[in-house]
Amino acid sequence: MTTQVQQKIRVLIAKPGLDGHDRGAKVIARAFRDAGMEVIYTGLRQTPEMIASAAIQEDVDAIGLSCLSGAHMYLFPKVIELLRERGADDIVVFGGGTIPDEDIPKLKAAGIAQVFTPGATTGEAIEFVKSNIRSK
Amino acid sequence: MELTRKILEGDVRAAARLMTMIENGASEARAALKSLYAHTGSGYIIGITGPPGSGKSTLTDHLTDELRKRRKTVGIVAVDPTSPFSGGAILADRIRMQRHSLDADVFIRSMATRGHLGGLARATNDVVDVMDAAGKEVILIETVGVGQDEVEVVGTAHTCVVVSVPGLGDEVQAIKAGVLEIGDVFVVNKADREGANRTATELEMMLHMAPDTGGWLPKVYKTVATKGEGIAKLVDAIFAHKAFLDERDLRKKKGRERSERAFMALLQETLRARTVERFKRNGSMKEMIERVADRELDPYTAVEEILDKIGL
Repeated sequence: MTTQVQQKIRVLIAKPGLDGHDRGAKVIARAFRDAGMEVIYTGLRQTPEMIASAAIQEDVDAIGLSCLSGAHMYLFPKVIELLRERGADDIVVFGGGTIPDEDIPKLKAAGIAQVFTPGATTGEAIEFVKSNIRSK
Repeated sequence: MELTRKILEGDVRAAARLMTMIENGASEARAALKSLYAHTGSGYIIGITGPPGSGKSTLTDHLTDELRKRRKTVGIVAVDPTSPFSGGAILADRIRMQRHSLDADVFIRSMATRGHLGGLARATNDVVDVMDAAGKEVILIETVGVGQDEVEVVGTAHTCVVVSVPGLGDEVQAIKAGVLEIGDVFVVNKADREGANRTATELEMMLHMAPDTGGWLPKVYKTVATKGEGIAKLVDAIFAHKAFLDERDLRKKKGRERSERAFMALLQETLRARTVERFKRNGSMKEMIERVADRELDPYTAVEEILDKIGL
């Protein structure tokens, strides 16, 4: 196992909350895979607790949260809070979905590293992850 | 060592971090595995294998549920394929298992094959060892969706569960060597579908024709994993196989075989790495390979020469 060191970026893509629209999450998961990352996809209706726990077990570098229900102001900061509680706040958390512009500064203040709104390209998200994750 | 101590105390983050280091081939991983090794060997390892879409993840989820009812702590290693084109992977087995993500006595880890063939990832064995050392009593390994020849899990697991579904093909499919030879317990999942009884009967007929099974007669169980049907009986069957192994001291034998394989693989890999490293340093390997390519030297003599030089 000392023969080849192959670092792979691991990203958890999760959908917190109750909306059932996972198309965006699937598109981003697929784009990340095609960019050579390992994407852990946990599916719909995840609580912040489930997301934090899965991220820690999977030792991911980043978490992408997709939310279209309007509950992002509660759900996104809650994930950050739980990661902090468990000493895992080195995991970069970014979000996407239908998020009003005025909410973005508040989310960033709460620790969300970046917010992608409709119109953002998958390339931007890939570039963001590659240049913002911790080095292990 | 700090990391080892944390893992033995049940620190999930530390165990998860070591698993990443193992997967990445980091040199610190080797040191940690060294000190954890003495704490492994007590977990019972169950392999779940079968074709894509046969319901392995859902079955693993319900098996975990049943094992938790029986007060066993559970580790799950779920393997999914790496894309041969991008090197990336979508690891989606967790979708079916998320209800266990808040249970502190269940540890789920997804792994990509990273190009390794055989149904597992290269690092699966070591990751199973970390779960074992972290105190998980039962460890479930879910392989990638397999065809007929990806049977590596048999070398890792104590009990192998082979999952089939109705309508995959006629009995000729079942007679083929490979996956069907490795099962200790067989499952026909999605048994509420048409043809389930026929598939089960065909499997049973094939199993009866098997020559020597060493005293254990694998049986076929029908499940509907999405509804949890047949799961308790399946867990009983797995534990019956465990009892069979323990009565005849076969679990120890399997463990020895697994240790031997792991040892040989490690020896091979280490020797290869050190030999290549030594020859890279004095630059003669590239030159030698060129001579082989030009037919000036045959590869057999080349290898003998190299080994002579380092005194092996």
